[in-house]
Amino acid sequence: MATRRKGQTLFFAGPPTILATAAVVGPREGAGPLAGWFDVVKPDRLLGQKSWELAESKMAEEAVDVALAKAGLQRREIDVLLAGDLLNQIIASSFVARSLDIPYVGLYGACSTMAEAVALGAVLVDGGYADRVCALSSSHHDTAERQYRYPVEFGSQRPPTAQWTATAAGAAVVGPPGAGRVGITHATLGRVVDWGRKDPFDMGSAMAPAAADTIAAHFRDTGRSPEDYDLVVTGDLAAVGHPLTHDLLKERGLDLEGRFVDCGRMLYDETQDAHAGASGCGCSAAVFCGYLMRNLVEGRFKRVLLVATGALHSPTSTQQGETIPCVAHAIAVEGGS
Amino acid sequence: MARPDRATTEKYARMVARHAPRPPLLRNVLGAFLVGGAICAVGQLVLGLLLARGLPLKEATTPTSTIMIVLGALLTGLGVYDEVSKRGGMGAALPITGFANSIAAPAMEFRREGLVLGVGARLFTIAGPVIVFAVAAALVVAGFRMLVTGGAGN
Repeated sequence: MATRRKGQTLFFAGPPTILATAAVVGPREGAGPLAGWFDVVKPDRLLGQKSWELAESKMAEEAVDVALAKAGLQRREIDVLLAGDLLNQIIASSFVARSLDIPYVGLYGACSTMAEAVALGAVLVDGGYADRVCALSSSHHDTAERQYRYPVEFGSQRPPTAQWTATAAGAAVVGPPGAGRVGITHATLGRVVDWGRKDPFDMGSAMAPAAADTIAAHFRDTGRSPEDYDLVVTGDLAAVGHPLTHDLLKERGLDLEGRFVDCGRMLYDETQDAHAGASGCGCSAAVFCGYLMRNLVEGRFKRVLLVATGALHSPTSTQQGETIPCVAHAIAVEGGS
Repeated sequence: MARPDRATTEKYARMVARHAPRPPLLRNVLGAFLVGGAICAVGQLVLGLLLARGLPLKEATTPTSTIMIVLGALLTGLGVYDEVSKRGGMGAALPITGFANSIAAPAMEFRREGLVLGVGARLFTIAGPVIVFAVAAALVVAGFRMLVTGGAGN
């Protein structure tokens, strides 16, 4: 009988802590409103590599190295790497693992992967199976474009509901209680929710019910109320999905007014032509590892619920006319522990 | 509910429709008009120059198309054409320069996967369906014409 789980939510005893995080982003993200919160801003999207895929992997590897440097750790002091990205067979993450030379668990939760990785990292540390785990996730605009949509230089007009895949990576080192200043107290694992949306150029409305489902489950399982959090932060619902989630939660009697934000709406500003906002694994990863974590460490936020959202479709399933299954995983983190 | 009944998904679809921003129709139409018109004006200019150099009209159209294709491919390579298409929409996609863009873009993109399985196999990723159905439509129309006119006339 599991005693540290209620419903969909895991309750961590210690709690495990986040020793350090790092966010590495591309030029467009580095020119956005959160520019000052990232550890590294890359001046170009190819990072001197010969393909977009290698560029994404390089960016992810740099995120790991910067996070380790901030934690004062060597690569071999990490017990497990938990990582995932959007590419077929998650090659960006696996190529990072190839050069790290430590045990690796590849994850796929689409854009929910960062929360999934941190949650599983907390499980490993809390269960005594690891001392230090690195959670990593990345996305790259051009790798995603060519895989999910069109060749990069092909001209097309995107609908206003479309989102812009972020070129960004985030890495977080999870360690034992007391080792870091930000604790991971709960993780709410999401169900796959599919409310019949099919349009891959409107993933926000597809993911909104999944986000609402996980957020409602979190408050139900923990008995907490929205007032217990400074911020409830969704991953990449953007300008369409985020207000929809807000309304869906209101229908369930949860009012997040004034404390409900979305990484996808924070990464770019109106002038950056991102349409509805940002998306991609790197979106929530970089906003969490950069902006949110630094505010938690420096005490401006006390308690934050990160709800990373992922659309679990593939180009094949879309072409075959299937609806988009979605998932959202939530982690509750608090500073000062 | 993870997969709700039809009533819920339909209610949700209406809720989404209320939230979703509409494409800026007027701006898109105006963009298509200006960009499409500009491309056609360039084409007319090229044709005019060829005619002025003494080529008869019937022979001048092919090099005009070729020059427009080269221009479209060149602008794709310089990373300009996708910016033009973003504003021009159909106005940039429909002229032959848009066709050139749809060939040049995958050629650049899949070069990294090699000449045969990259460029060769993926070159017509976007243009392929257009060619297939254009040829199929031409076949139907030509067949229809033959039935009606008995293949006579030109």
